[in-house]
Amino acid sequence: MIFGYAGKFLEVDLSEEKIREVRFEDDLLKEYIGGRGLATKILWDRLGSRWETVDPLGPENILLFLTGPLTGFYPGARICVSGKSPQSNGVVGSTVAGEFGVELKCAGYDGVIVTGEAEKPAYLFIKDSDVEIRDASHVWGKDAKQTVRLLTKECRGLLKSRFPLYGEWKEPSILYIGPAGENRVRTAVVAAKWAHAAGYGGYGAVMGSKGLKAIAVKGTGPLPEVANMKKVKWLTQAVCEDIYEDELWRRWGTGSAGYTVGAKTSSEPVRNWQEEWHDEKSYGVDQFENRVWIKPYWGDFGCPTTCLEIAMVKTGKFKGAITDDPDYELQAYLGPNLGIFTPEENVFLASLVDDLGLCGIQTGNVLGFAAELFQRGILTKEDLDGLEPKWGDAEAFAELARKIAFREGIGNLLAEGTYRAALRIGEMKNVDVLQYAVQSKGIGIGAHGIRSGKDYTTNISYACSVQGGDHTSVASLPLNDSGELIMIFHDSAVYCFFNIFGIPRKLKFKFYKAVTGLRLTQKEWCNTKALRILQLQRTMLLLGGPDFEWNPKIHDDNPPRFYTPLPSGPYKRKTVNKRRFEEKKKKYYKAAEWDENGVPNSKILRKLGLEDADKTLEKLRH
Amino acid sequence: MIYTELQGFYTKKEIALTTEEEPVWIARDLSRCSGCRKCEIACSLFHENRIWPEASRIRVFMLVPGVEFPHFCAQCKEYPCVKSCPTEALSISRKTNAVLVDEEKCVACGNCIDACPGKVPHMHPTKNYILICDLCGGDPECVKVCREGGWNVLETVPRKDFTYSLYARTPEEITRDLAVKLYGESGEEFL
Repeated sequence: MIFGYAGKFLEVDLSEEKIREVRFEDDLLKEYIGGRGLATKILWDRLGSRWETVDPLGPENILLFLTGPLTGFYPGARICVSGKSPQSNGVVGSTVAGEFGVELKCAGYDGVIVTGEAEKPAYLFIKDSDVEIRDASHVWGKDAKQTVRLLTKECRGLLKSRFPLYGEWKEPSILYIGPAGENRVRTAVVAAKWAHAAGYGGYGAVMGSKGLKAIAVKGTGPLPEVANMKKVKWLTQAVCEDIYEDELWRRWGTGSAGYTVGAKTSSEPVRNWQEEWHDEKSYGVDQFENRVWIKPYWGDFGCPTTCLEIAMVKTGKFKGAITDDPDYELQAYLGPNLGIFTPEENVFLASLVDDLGLCGIQTGNVLGFAAELFQRGILTKEDLDGLEPKWGDAEAFAELARKIAFREGIGNLLAEGTYRAALRIGEMKNVDVLQYAVQSKGIGIGAHGIRSGKDYTTNISYACSVQGGDHTSVASLPLNDSGELIMIFHDSAVYCFFNIFGIPRKLKFKFYKAVTGLRLTQKEWCNTKALRILQLQRTMLLLGGPDFEWNPKIHDDNPPRFYTPLPSGPYKRKTVNKRRFEEKKKKYYKAAEWDENGVPNSKILRKLGLEDADKTLEKLRH
Repeated sequence: MIYTELQGFYTKKEIALTTEEEPVWIARDLSRCSGCRKCEIACSLFHENRIWPEASRIRVFMLVPGVEFPHFCAQCKEYPCVKSCPTEALSISRKTNAVLVDEEKCVACGNCIDACPGKVPHMHPTKNYILICDLCGGDPECVKVCREGGWNVLETVPRKDFTYSLYARTPEEITRDLAVKLYGESGEEFL
């Protein structure tokens, strides 16, 4: 057994109500590590041969909650949620911060594999090796805050009654879905702690389709043994000391970006990306700080950055709304993207999507899309059930978000996410509305535009990514330097990549060695292991299905909006040059060893030992 | 007077208090807690040489998100836990005034938990004895990591003649107070 791992995984078949422990060979864990990498491997092995037919929202999909060897050790713990994505029909490694991964490892498990579909609403309660499927009828339909409150109380009650001599029980860690997940809304999240979410991928909908409301876990053991504890301590200290010097993320988190990414880099979505610039000082970080931040720093297990703040509206119409910062993505998507420029309205909408279990990014994206269609007269008041989502009308957007979560009226259509909604509306209205859909591979694009050229993202970031619009795992060149392949490490070893800024690149691999005892270099990682994971993700993304497949010639591209010139701001008239994009895409294909059609080459697949993927992809090569 | 009353409970293993080493108390500003749980990590590493949140003598509760706080011994002047121990497993350190657990003598009866007004002690998750903060012998690890990170929830101050028992309160009681302080009246609904 490799150090740093608990050594076993929990597999829960909800249809049969069967629970068993499974183990993976050391050799497999050495190659795929955990989290995103291991998820890709499990999904490929179990579903790969019939990938196109697997309905992401059907009982045959597999929902994964995976830690990695560095979870709980590298500062800033997360858990990776994955499965066949109901957004991209591929695989997304979606991570969420919190103590869940730590509790799970302390309970003796590296991950939970959920299959089947519960007959009636269920939740999973794990207390070390005692695992039970429990009735969740009483929390089904409940929002995030109610769910957390009721399950915390119930599980602590169970622990107290079963172990009366233990003393006071700390709360178990809980991952849950809100009403949106229950209703299989494709923009639903798997959430933790009211405001944390694994958003990209839409795994809240998968969890809902399985009738699984939550997983609560309490582990009373230690984190697994490591190869060299002295080194782990030393490296932890090295990371923390560097991070403690970091003013930006510690003081403001990403909460200062709602203003600066608009005003300075001009790459923030404004009114569904019709613009990417604003200079609204009402949206300055000082306004958030002085008006709504009630807790200056909020973090998760082992985190030196604690980049979050807690925000609450204390007076006025939106009194009582609570969320975190909101972080930049939600500031942008539930702010300027909807024509909203006050902290209070932003906190109100972020709090609402938290409560409903919706993804702030994907929901902001689809709300903005709907509002632009309304602006253009394509969707009318009648189409929108009497709603008039005008830019800046927070209450109209709130009502629309609620309709999405409950799939009511127009909400049922928008609940399919921007891409699928665009296809349907296009058919309904006989208008090309895909030009207003700012997404890639079914995933709404993160709030970092590429037109100004001043953000970290580039013209191939989203178009070539195996995770579509995801702003964290972006495609970049050189391939083995800082892009997706490195992100695959963070998301496979499973820790927060916000704790790598300013940290020497080699350190994460030293950390990996100190924990696991295994030597790994960036070169080895990028040239073999990460590349293998990338190729498998690409393979499954291209296979897609069952509702549609991606054609790289059409879909490895930026949304049309990114080819229209910026209409305002310091980078006015700048846009993405299609020819340069095509050139860079070619280079990326070459670096990733994909053919001119974007399909991974036989040679590289065989070299990586992915003969079965090669065979499966043969049909796409003509 | 209190000293006389508690005399029998002082640990016999330690040498008498030296004048250079003033006993300390960990002052706590709970609403500043970020929830990073570095105190749990530091405590369990020091005592168990493992990262082991449930075996930490200081535990961060989060019964309501945003309302995280460390829960640990307040060293009440009256030491009801020590008095309640039927096997003399608990004693008071002469050097630090912390409660010391004799792991051999402890029978894990839980009397001390009941006696503690804050229900602070809890069982070791795998061994048969109770866990109570021992102040790491006078230089607590939790305080160091908390201050290093600049959160300053925990601070060592000289132990004075103060009613520290006021700080021995249950997780629910503390949560209620902090939740209301943070979230106002909605704080009451979350518990």
